[in-house]
Amino acid sequence: MFDKKELEKIKKSKSDWEKNCYLPHKKKHPERKEKFENLSGIEIKSLYTPDDIAHHDYLEDFGFPGLYPFLRGLHPTKYRGRLWTFRMFSGFGSAEETNKRYKYLLDHGETGLSVAFDYPTLYGYDTDHPMSRGEFGKCGVAISSLQDMEILFSEIPIDKVTTSMTINGPAAIVWAFYIANAENRGIDRRIIGGTIQNDILKEYIAQKSFIFPPEPSMRLIVDTFEFGYKEVPRWNTISISGYHIREAGSTAVQELAFTVGDGIEYVKWAIKRGLKIDDFAPRLSFFFNSHNDFFEEIAKYRAARRIWARELKKLGAKKPRSLLMRFHTQTAGCTLTSQQPEINIARVTLQALAAVIGGTQSLHTNSMDEALALPSEKAARIALRTQQILAEESGVTDTVDPLGGSYYIEWLTDKMEEETYKYWDKVEKLGGVLPAIEKGFYQREIANAAYKYQKEIEEKKRIIVGVNEYQMDEPIEIPILEMDEKGEERQINRLKKLRKDRNNAKFEKNINALRKAAEGDENLMPYILDCVHSYATLGETCQVLRDVFGEYVEPAIY
Amino acid sequence: MERKIRVLVAKPGLDGHDRGAKVVARALRDAGMEVIYTGLHQTAEMVVETAIQEDVDVIGLSLLSGAHMTLFVDVTKLLKEKGMDNVLVVGGGIIPEEDAPKLKKAGVAGIFGPGTHCDVIVKFIKKNVKR
Repeated sequence: MFDKKELEKIKKSKSDWEKNCYLPHKKKHPERKEKFENLSGIEIKSLYTPDDIAHHDYLEDFGFPGLYPFLRGLHPTKYRGRLWTFRMFSGFGSAEETNKRYKYLLDHGETGLSVAFDYPTLYGYDTDHPMSRGEFGKCGVAISSLQDMEILFSEIPIDKVTTSMTINGPAAIVWAFYIANAENRGIDRRIIGGTIQNDILKEYIAQKSFIFPPEPSMRLIVDTFEFGYKEVPRWNTISISGYHIREAGSTAVQELAFTVGDGIEYVKWAIKRGLKIDDFAPRLSFFFNSHNDFFEEIAKYRAARRIWARELKKLGAKKPRSLLMRFHTQTAGCTLTSQQPEINIARVTLQALAAVIGGTQSLHTNSMDEALALPSEKAARIALRTQQILAEESGVTDTVDPLGGSYYIEWLTDKMEEETYKYWDKVEKLGGVLPAIEKGFYQREIANAAYKYQKEIEEKKRIIVGVNEYQMDEPIEIPILEMDEKGEERQINRLKKLRKDRNNAKFEKNINALRKAAEGDENLMPYILDCVHSYATLGETCQVLRDVFGEYVEPAIY
Repeated sequence: MERKIRVLVAKPGLDGHDRGAKVVARALRDAGMEVIYTGLHQTAEMVVETAIQEDVDVIGLSLLSGAHMTLFVDVTKLLKEKGMDNVLVVGGGIIPEEDAPKLKKAGVAGIFGPGTHCDVIVKFIKKNVKR
């Protein structure tokens, strides 16, 4: 990338500098640590120079924003044109309460919605199911039927604002609620935009809200891909997620390798079904974590874009849109401390800045109180304001890929790529993604990394402000979100009434049709939509699929 | 030879956040205890049944979903019903300060929130185990 003669000169000067300047200085004033390592265990040198990136061909390996290999960004103007979407993940209690929170956030400048569901919803259980005990509305909103979805989005312009829904096992059904709600409001399904997470592989690997075994789960996902590009073309039918892999304790490299590897696995399954890659690939999206190591995170996003473009090309994608790795980012919940919770605002700011410099398409910033409870209204507002400060005040949005060309960032981007391919080789040797899951490979890798991280904290090899250094002994004063105690009762009564009042003949007919279709190999989306339109509940619809597909039980590895 | 302390690490309810449970399980094992991990999605009945089968001295409950006031208490109630007062129960997760005294009253002897050193949990168990 550099003139050869010039490079030789630089190399020579660098070695002189090391000998005459750096090493003598270091001898007199030792560095704080013997070895500097990032969170992935990659050793970091004290200085990077043109020599570290000289092997690159600028046009081929870096290029320009909007052009292959998209290292420098997906869009030519990036944030100079359009800012990322301010998308705050939220949901708690009943649909009524969460609807109020959405309106509050939109009023304060949020530009996209993101639904957090409670555990029963994530597992496809209605609120009145015995397994739902104690969980109603606790870590998200309870949505058991189309009726709840109607309330959740009441008076919200879903023809204009896009909605992301963190739902996996029962994603097809919850998406059907959303589509049906739009249609009942007279909004064409071709107009609505949003995302369903729908990424079951990382559920087995990390987040653990799976329902069915891998094979039928993958079938359902490919059904949504196909239905999506044909019927709901503005919808991202999957958000291939590293977030939860990271939260479960993985390193940044593992997050990158496992997530992009999962992405390729979905593409292969869809191709195997006979779908054309350029039909569905433009609707695949991603979701990453933003953890504490600033440069490592930025390198991760940049590497992800380049790897994805390269691999999709190899898989036969021709349309430029198919090559775009569009991703959402959330700051790392696992880095938040319950000690001195206010200082989490500073952590979130740094993590959000990394995501923005890394080129995220949308962003959630965590609230300072999340190591204690669900975010209060004020804490959520401060988190949203943090994004607005980055967007409006910091100046980082004025140029595209501002750290591109930094010797360190480019070197680190390469390194993240290299390590990713090494992990893929390991997975390949185990027989591929599903066998690696069944053998507990990912789960073990993550558990090991989590344990190592915790030990480093306990041994003070890693300092966490307020936890193992700079502690204070003071009472924690953070207002905790209060939820409507009547919410659960109201929800259960609503469900009972719904089951009584709906046209039960039509319901039965649709549920039976779904069962038959599930036993065969048709695309299930139209059948699910029929069920949902006749007010079949989440639990009822999911139960049909549980009956046909069975349930997944994971091996307990620690 | 003295019998090792036997601990059941359990994940009641639907919560899938198992990072903490697994880290603690390993730390307890490294501290010389025998650890049984239930895996996910356990009902209170399943937890207590496993505790009986495995003849444990300690049950460590982990919950990050916010359902601790229901699900932890379900376990301690059931233990009382079965006369298993000699089993030490501890819990961890996202647990607001104000819930801790209520849980203690219900029989969860130690509550450990985010940022707790595993060492603290080991010491607590060694000091309070009831046999």
